[in-house]
Amino acid sequence: MAKIKGAVVVDRERCKGCEVCVVTCPTETLALATEVNSKGYHYCYPANPEACIGCSNCAVVCPDGCITVYKVKIG
Amino acid sequence: MAEITFNDIIKPENLAYKKSRLMTDNILSYCPGCGHGTAHQVLAEVLEEENLQERTIGITPVGCSVLMYNYIDVDFQEAAHGRAPALATAVKRLMPDKFVFTYQGDGDLAAIGTAETIHTCNRGENILMLFINNGIYGMTGGQMAPTTLPGMKSSTSPYGRDVSMMGSPIKMADIVAMLPGTCYVTRQSVNTAGGVRKLKRALKKAVQYQNEKRGTCFIEVVSNCPSGWKMTPVESNKWMEEHMFPFYPLGDIKVPAE
Repeated sequence: MAKIKGAVVVDRERCKGCEVCVVTCPTETLALATEVNSKGYHYCYPANPEACIGCSNCAVVCPDGCITVYKVKIG
Repeated sequence: MAEITFNDIIKPENLAYKKSRLMTDNILSYCPGCGHGTAHQVLAEVLEEENLQERTIGITPVGCSVLMYNYIDVDFQEAAHGRAPALATAVKRLMPDKFVFTYQGDGDLAAIGTAETIHTCNRGENILMLFINNGIYGMTGGQMAPTTLPGMKSSTSPYGRDVSMMGSPIKMADIVAMLPGTCYVTRQSVNTAGGVRKLKRALKKAVQYQNEKRGTCFIEVVSNCPSGWKMTPVESNKWMEEHMFPFYPLGDIKVPAE
């Protein structure tokens, strides 16, 4: 069966740590970092990149447009 | 089969979603989690996909989105507070081949600009009006707006909105839907990915009706205001689903006959 594997790239400096993407992600790929960016926000990052299915839900709801999503079909 | 790595996936040919090319690299001035940012992204995507960059003129309001012209790379004109529909009327009548939209908050469209809004919709000007309703005056510090829910606390209604003294909230979309000039009136949201995708479809429909010159299109976006409501973005989205959506039900209010 074909499987889709995705990858998210987050622009850490643009991220304001609103967490909207984290709750939208169906596979719990994203999480907020314990470190902060130069503005003092806990930016989001792919904590569990293996789980990503490339659905783009996180990027669609991101108010600051800091998420880029890639996906490939494997198998 | 060899295991595919993170770096193998990140290639231009595998791109699934990227912020619209019409969104500039300026960092948005909105608070974390604000629905304005999401609404901007969707609008920019639709303008890009419909190839409208060259012939769009946007009218920016007064309110949180006053600096919108810094974020979307199309032509803009700044209007006086509440007067965006009047200015849009003038722009559209002078340049009928342009795609003209206004982008207004509830303080702009439903309070100071009520007369302009209603008369523009009544005349059926061929413009798209995008109304962001977050039930509060966000920019000035969370004062009560005409769209504040009954019992909802704000900085000028600290015990909650008292309907007997301050009246009931205005449902602008329902009001303009009754006017003969409007062709498409809908209410959408931007708190979930599904909601954003529905808003995108609604915007594409509105662009189509504008191209056919069928009258005013009015799209209300029920949005959140985490700072004004004194909540985290995630809490505010949940509060919005529980309290705003029952009062401002989502969906099409008026659709033109085919």
